Amino acid sequence: MSQAISVEKVSKKFVLGTLQRDTMLRERLISMLRAPFRGRSAAPNVLWALRDVSFGVDAGEVVGIIGRNGAGKSTLLKVLSNITYPTSGEVHVTGRVASLLEVGTGFHEELTGRENIYLNGSILGMKHGEVASKLDSIVEFAGVAQFLDTPIKRYSTGMRLRLGFAVAAHLDPDLLIVDEVLAVGDAGFQRKCLNAMDGLRSGGRTVLFVSHNMAAVENLCSRCIWIDAGKVLKDGPPREVIEAYMNTFANARDGMADLRSIKDRRGSGEIRYTGVEYLNIAGEPMQSVRSGDGLVIRFHYHANEPIAFPSFGFRLYTEFGTLVTDTSTWHHAIDIPLVPPGDGYIDLQIDFLNLLPAHYFFSLWITGSASPVHDNIEHCAQLEVGLANVYSSGRMLDSRSGIVYFPQRWKVYEPVLAGAHDKTEEA
Amino acid sequence: MNSEWFTDFWRYRELLYFLAWRDVKVRYKQAALGASWAVIQPLLTMVIFTLFFGRLAGVPSDGIPYPLFSFCALVPWTYFSTTLTQAGNSLISNSSLITKVYFPRALLPAATVLSGLVDFVMGAVFLAIMMIYYHVKPGWPLFLAPLFLGGMVVLAFSVSMILAAMNVRYRDVKYALPFIVQIWLFLTPIIYPVTFLTPKMKRLLAFNPMAGFLEGFRFSLFNTHHMDWRLVGTSVIVTTFLLVVGAVYFRKTERTFADIV
Repeated sequence: MSQAISVEKVSKKFVLGTLQRDTMLRERLISMLRAPFRGRSAAPNVLWALRDVSFGVDAGEVVGIIGRNGAGKSTLLKVLSNITYPTSGEVHVTGRVASLLEVGTGFHEELTGRENIYLNGSILGMKHGEVASKLDSIVEFAGVAQFLDTPIKRYSTGMRLRLGFAVAAHLDPDLLIVDEVLAVGDAGFQRKCLNAMDGLRSGGRTVLFVSHNMAAVENLCSRCIWIDAGKVLKDGPPREVIEAYMNTFANARDGMADLRSIKDRRGSGEIRYTGVEYLNIAGEPMQSVRSGDGLVIRFHYHANEPIAFPSFGFRLYTEFGTLVTDTSTWHHAIDIPLVPPGDGYIDLQIDFLNLLPAHYFFSLWITGSASPVHDNIEHCAQLEVGLANVYSSGRMLDSRSGIVYFPQRWKVYEPVLAGAHDKTEEA
Repeated sequence: MNSEWFTDFWRYRELLYFLAWRDVKVRYKQAALGASWAVIQPLLTMVIFTLFFGRLAGVPSDGIPYPLFSFCALVPWTYFSTTLTQAGNSLISNSSLITKVYFPRALLPAATVLSGLVDFVMGAVFLAIMMIYYHVKPGWPLFLAPLFLGGMVVLAFSVSMILAAMNVRYRDVKYALPFIVQIWLFLTPIIYPVTFLTPKMKRLLAFNPMAGFLEGFRFSLFNTHHMDWRLVGTSVIVTTFLLVVGAVYFRKTERTFADIV
């Protein structure tokens, strides 16, 4: 069986702070004069982005790589793409590789859309002849035929994205490496990207793709690898791995989510979130939340010392990473002069949850007058909003209809034909 | 492992063309003066040199009219100096490419070396016009001109590789560059002819490869009879040495570029 990718005990280390000492030549010369035999004396602050990672991928497999931000996924992709080199271990990749780590790499503002297509295509590894033969198809995919000969500095961000992705979608590699490219752009664009990815899969190519979009990973991938803190935690069928991964997130289904054990948090720490509870209006724990529900989200915290004028905030994201809303006590001009040390909680009362059924993530933050950020935990918990009869129509809606909805009704009037008089006027 | 470096370079030759094409297109799109700057810069410098060195200081010029004498050296020199400064920064200014795509990084200084040739051609056209104006008819040595130019191109590439790679690691190299180039100008027989130098100075300056190539270039245009071929020989040796050193240094430091650029 031909292995398209073979990764053996790969580790990658980054030296933090000034990436190496003396970034200025004159500094280096001075330090060389002062102490010619002194090596790197102080133990440098080191980050192991990858630790002993090993796995193999066969030709034709579609592998999804998931993990929290900062887990080492992008570094792994860079190592596989030959952009950066492992500190130890070996990587073997066979076949023609195309890496899509960013959309529109190499775009130059002053050049026209057409010129950038050729440039970007060449950067991604396509031959000039190849780009020329696919040019019409690329232009059609991007929908920029009208603007093909204007400099892209006149393009909107959306057009730029579509153009970049259009070129990438026409790559014809043996191995395709994709990094969260799908996280940008509107829902329509993301759908287009997913379709293109699906097309690649059915073409029998090997694909390695990093994403936070669990639905996409489940649909497209035959295998999933979970990376956390530079290590492979789980490697197997997508459903299993994703479930294991999701279980590390605080989840609404469990009633009370425990946030104490989360290590990946920022802030000075005098006051920290310890838990999240979902309650109904009556104050009883809710097991499931549905569109249109009234609910209370109770944020538990623990303060080590008296905190002056804190603001508690909450940011809600879709599965794709789109920010739905950012709300806080500050937004409501609520002043909390002092929070005494100890445990406490604060309630966010939502009268009507305008969210359509989907998975949502949220991030929490606390700021204050003493410290700009007391606590900040990104993507720490999940909110699953279930199906509901949102418009009282008996028709269930889900996230294909968007992110939010609002109380509404349609009013249909009798059509007025040209030339005929209005029926109501007669009456 | 070394042969892989070269075959990779060849495989990505189309990208090299595109990067050079991009540089040229962008430079010429942005300024109406874009095309003429390639001529104005050496031209104005020539005027100043003629006034101060030719007339005032009375520097000899091998029997060739001073303006022509200095201009024919300034055109290739402008190519060399601008290429060095731009190629020296090429890795830093393309940092987004380096961190996102794989291609042999040496393509970036190489693209600058190539795109500079377009400017050189502009200057050369003007040089030809000047030669016609002064009724200078070049003889058979004119066919040697491309060889000397080729030497300059290789030299530019070699030094660029060293500077570009150093600049990624030590960011203040780019500030030292204009200064280095200035000094280099005076160490090259542009303002003065080689015959102006004492034998001792000549021996020292022979280590400047540009000296040999520029003298050779002048010879190919004006068929000066005192052409010192040892100068050219030294230039070739030094350039080859720099090419090897440059390639080795670049190859060695290339691994870390994406991490520190």
